[in-house]
Amino acid sequence: MLQIPLWNRLFIIAVVLAGLAFAMPNLFYERVERYNDALAEVEETGVTSDAAAEALSSWPSFLPSTLVNLGLDLRGGAHLLAEVSVADVYEARMDALWPEVRDTLRDLRDTVGTIRRQDAPLGELHVRVSQPEGLPEAVSAVRGLGQPVASLTGVGASTLDVRGEGDLLIVTLSEAEREATDDRTMQQSVEIVRRRVDEAGTREPTIQRQGADRILIQVPGIGSAQELKDLIGTTARLTFHPVVGRTDDPQADVASRQMILPSMDEEGTFYILEQTPVVSGDDLVDSQPSFEQQSGLPVVTFRFNTTGARAFGEYTAANVGAPFAIVLDEEVISAPVIRQAITGGSGQISGNFTVESSTELAVLLRAGALPAEMTFLEERTIGPELGADSIAAGEMAALVAFAAVLVFMIASYGLFGVFASTALILNVGLIFGVLSLIGATLTLPGIAGIVLTIGMAVDANVLVFERIREELKTARGPARAIELGYERALSAIIDANLTTFIIAVILFALGSGPVRGFSVTLGIGIMTSVFTAIYVTRLLIVTWFDRARPKTIEV
Amino acid sequence: MRLKLVPQDTNFDFFKYAKATFGASVVAMILSIGIWLSMGLNFGIDFLGGTTIRTESAQQIDVGAYRAVLEPLGLGDVTITEVFDPTFAADQNVAMVRIQAQEGAESVTPEIILAVEEALRGLDPEMTFPSVESVGPKVSGELIQTALLAVAAALAALLVYIWLRFEWQFSVGAIAALVHDIVLTIGLFSLLQIRFDLATIAALLTIIGYSINDTVVIFDRLRENLIKYKQRALRDVMNLSANETLSRTLMTSGTTLIALIALLVLGGDVIRGFVFAIFWGVIVGTYSSIYVAKNVVLMIGVKRDWSKPSSGGGTQFADIDA
Repeated sequence: MLQIPLWNRLFIIAVVLAGLAFAMPNLFYERVERYNDALAEVEETGVTSDAAAEALSSWPSFLPSTLVNLGLDLRGGAHLLAEVSVADVYEARMDALWPEVRDTLRDLRDTVGTIRRQDAPLGELHVRVSQPEGLPEAVSAVRGLGQPVASLTGVGASTLDVRGEGDLLIVTLSEAEREATDDRTMQQSVEIVRRRVDEAGTREPTIQRQGADRILIQVPGIGSAQELKDLIGTTARLTFHPVVGRTDDPQADVASRQMILPSMDEEGTFYILEQTPVVSGDDLVDSQPSFEQQSGLPVVTFRFNTTGARAFGEYTAANVGAPFAIVLDEEVISAPVIRQAITGGSGQISGNFTVESSTELAVLLRAGALPAEMTFLEERTIGPELGADSIAAGEMAALVAFAAVLVFMIASYGLFGVFASTALILNVGLIFGVLSLIGATLTLPGIAGIVLTIGMAVDANVLVFERIREELKTARGPARAIELGYERALSAIIDANLTTFIIAVILFALGSGPVRGFSVTLGIGIMTSVFTAIYVTRLLIVTWFDRARPKTIEV
Repeated sequence: MRLKLVPQDTNFDFFKYAKATFGASVVAMILSIGIWLSMGLNFGIDFLGGTTIRTESAQQIDVGAYRAVLEPLGLGDVTITEVFDPTFAADQNVAMVRIQAQEGAESVTPEIILAVEEALRGLDPEMTFPSVESVGPKVSGELIQTALLAVAAALAALLVYIWLRFEWQFSVGAIAALVHDIVLTIGLFSLLQIRFDLATIAALLTIIGYSINDTVVIFDRLRENLIKYKQRALRDVMNLSANETLSRTLMTSGTTLIALIALLVLGGDVIRGFVFAIFWGVIVGTYSSIYVAKNVVLMIGVKRDWSKPSSGGGTQFADIDA
């Protein structure tokens, strides 16, 4: 009657053992953490230091060593939500396009007359022509500059939208290209943030893209959100501009498409520059701190990719004797005079550098400029002590809840309560096992989720036991009652837990931060509790029943 | 001797006071909505934007002293709450300082946080700030939207699930019970002015999960009994089902409440609001699955006999062959 096939039994036992094995490293959290760090270090550097060797020997390598990640609220650290102004890039793209458009239209001088770039809204390029009759031809010529968009959604679309209005030629990025650009901007931003955070060498930072234009950055162990902002917020945007003149009046009138930037070293000196850069840091491939040969002063060397090298070479060849400005984050570092064409694509920046500042600048340049500005929408700092307090409080609450529920269950169901309690203990072990295995992050609400699961996990067992009680009244013998109890309670268990599981899925899909942490433990808790309540307790009861062969049972 | 929450066989007539209980629920809901509209909710920075700073000091500092040092900064609405908790040490004085979102600032300004920390250190140079959280007004608006969306999506998903697994009448009953629970919880939060933030939304969804769990178990038994006792009145079958599952309902609510009480007392103040919402939700959820969900199903009635084409279900021409 009460039969469970052998393979079934073995499977249940195997799952439980595997779950517990994966949960076990969490009992030796610090030791395993040191082991994992040492392992990562050895893997990366290839060198096994004494300290690493000691850490490695502290944990047997054949045991699982995955841990439940502790969330920021438990470990302390900083959380930032940044918004990337993706539209910034459109402007840069239009600026870069202008020389090409100019050259194209120059070739059509006979039909369009003289051309002049006009101030335009962000991300648009406006060109006024003196002979509006020639506009259709100009439009089709500029359209020819566009390329097909290389993305799935924008098949067949061009990168540029070009139209004529009166005597104006208006160029914008096409919708498809905007999307593609946004995507690239985000990927680049995430990558750069990741590199900068990695430089700080903290453990397990989370850097995730969220939605269309957000980046979520969570770094455990860092002192404050401000520190983190300083680390990633340095834009280091390097550009090279033609110099129009110098002035000491920051409010001086300048022609359209020109700008005034302060000098970094000389107080009170301002440069009038062409707004469109010759080359920008995007084309930079390498940068190193170095020393100038003659003077021995610290300088920063740089090298461009082919596009950058060509543009830089052409410009310097055409402008020997003229000054050009090296601009870093809206400040002119230096404005040397071009002595000869720089064709190799490499050069150096001299300024008032110290060894440290030249190294720092080289690192910033290497790490790359953030392609667009970031605004911080949300920031949270959680101190490590608060986290430790929360863990202690959570542990205490969980233990007390655990003990109370066990007592309550055993008082209500006697021996069957003991079976349910065993299943409950295994259940918590399994939750931790699954959390470790999938590398989930445990947060404070997550702990609450586990405690709630402790309360609710017995539900399936209660359903079964109550059912067995009922069946005992009518059924023929205890074995039959147990069998019917499990059979008949199943549909209620499935319905009840599936509905709660639906909630957990919705919480996970729509929630963020604490809500998600909670949904993960809730969802996992539902699965493991159904497993332990249906399979594990049944195995326990059946095994006991086979041995004891009671004539009557009391549930 | 076994602990028995309810006797072996119960025979309560749950519908004896159906009018009274249902009426009470309706009144409670109207009251809740009234309180909510008149008193509003004590939204946290998740929803309003702004900054909260948690302070910790060995000295006892009066709330008035906090206010006195922060007043000169001209930050607009500043709320200071002292936090008490059984898990705190004797010399652990904790307070929460909440500053409203600053006019015109799209994102968070570190200057304000620095200025506030500076000012507070004037009270106690040893004061520490275990957590500082800022949310810009832009995100907070979106957070409200997603939160409402989450609750709506959860209700819709459950409506469909129960409709597919049971009957549409059960669906309506269950959803009515859920709305009841949500409204009463919001009402309580408004009445006691407990902070309402993102975690509270998670709690609301958990309540939905728990309450539906409870309701479904009773419905499941009801479905079983409806097949078994084809001739008995719907009301009697419902009573029977509720009685049969009563001991399970109380057992599970009992263990869950035990776990939640442990969290409430020992889990620390950071998640207390969240746990309190769930605690309250379990109580109203248990009540509503018995007294609201079933009442609604009883009111709309449920099709009993599937062997005949629907009859008497409102259409007088159903049995006429056209």
